[in-house]
Amino acid sequence: MPALEFANQLRAKFRELVSAPAEFRGEVTLTLADAGRIAEVCEFAKKSLGFDYLLDISSVDNYGDDPRWTVVYELYGIAHGCHLRLKTNLSEEKGELPTVTSVWRTADWHEREIFDMMGICFRGHPDLRRILMWEGYPYFPLRKDFPLAGKPSEMPDVAFTKKAPLEGGPFVTLPGGKDTITREPRVRVPEN
Amino acid sequence: MPSSTTEYGYDSKIEGDVVVTRVDAAINWFRKQSLWPMPMGLACCAIELMAAGASRFDISRFGSEVMRFSPRQSDVMIVAGTVTYKMALAVRRIYDQMPEPKWVIAMGACASTGGMYRSYAVLQGVDNIVPVDVYVAGCPPRPEALLDALIKLQHKLQNEPVLAVTKPAAA
Repeated sequence: MPALEFANQLRAKFRELVSAPAEFRGEVTLTLADAGRIAEVCEFAKKSLGFDYLLDISSVDNYGDDPRWTVVYELYGIAHGCHLRLKTNLSEEKGELPTVTSVWRTADWHEREIFDMMGICFRGHPDLRRILMWEGYPYFPLRKDFPLAGKPSEMPDVAFTKKAPLEGGPFVTLPGGKDTITREPRVRVPEN
Repeated sequence: MPSSTTEYGYDSKIEGDVVVTRVDAAINWFRKQSLWPMPMGLACCAIELMAAGASRFDISRFGSEVMRFSPRQSDVMIVAGTVTYKMALAVRRIYDQMPEPKWVIAMGACASTGGMYRSYAVLQGVDNIVPVDVYVAGCPPRPEALLDALIKLQHKLQNEPVLAVTKPAAA
């Protein structure tokens, strides 16, 4: 059964909550209007549609737009081999959505990573701690307003951070240049 | 006729039973032939460190085959790999647990300067937290480069004062 049919079943069940399925290069994406009902939709997708495997959860920072956050769920059914993507938007003020750990236990670490890197909270998560950075690190490094070089911080006896010297970077390559100096500039300002 | 097992470094016919040297030089000579490394393997450089210890490159030719996984039995810490801020104080603590005299080799671009990781998460060179004696360039350096660093360290410590002045503790 193709993923599109599962998407339509999901839509028939939840009606206006779920958008029309968007298909791009054979991958089907659904957008949820209300992030607060993500767990409910996931529960149905697993129990009734056979999406027993959560591939990944990721998050997007639409910095400057409202709503700021997009959380993306990648679903897969091992028996039927179909992939489905669920997206839901979340405003910065809210910054919280229900956990799906009760649906797939593997969501535990995925959600902790998003909490650690982006600062989005998952309501009802059994153990919402930082997973890569240490407890007490004051920033969320993958946010768009966090500088690549980092910020200084100090957690006595645990860890410290300093600002990395970027020397005018971040270093990027410019394809099509004639020689290495133009292709790989030491410093690149945003205008050129 | 000398047989193939004759040791040429010391000729008993000329020198008899007496060797004249300084105590400092003798002690350093003993020390440099058995530098026991603390393998601080943190990333891919550790794979080259393992290769340096294996049969093809054989670090035991230079007396450093005894990789000690306890800092209390080590002489030289080989920092092989990317030192993240999360690991930084652990590296410093292991260095503090090593008995004097002690040395540090920063192996590879990451340990020396942070390498390609100009990032919020990576310490920009292990010399921010421990004093480094030899830096090895490369990403990762070949085992020969590490062996060269070890020989350079041996040359360095041959001339260090032992009895005259004790090596000051690292700040």
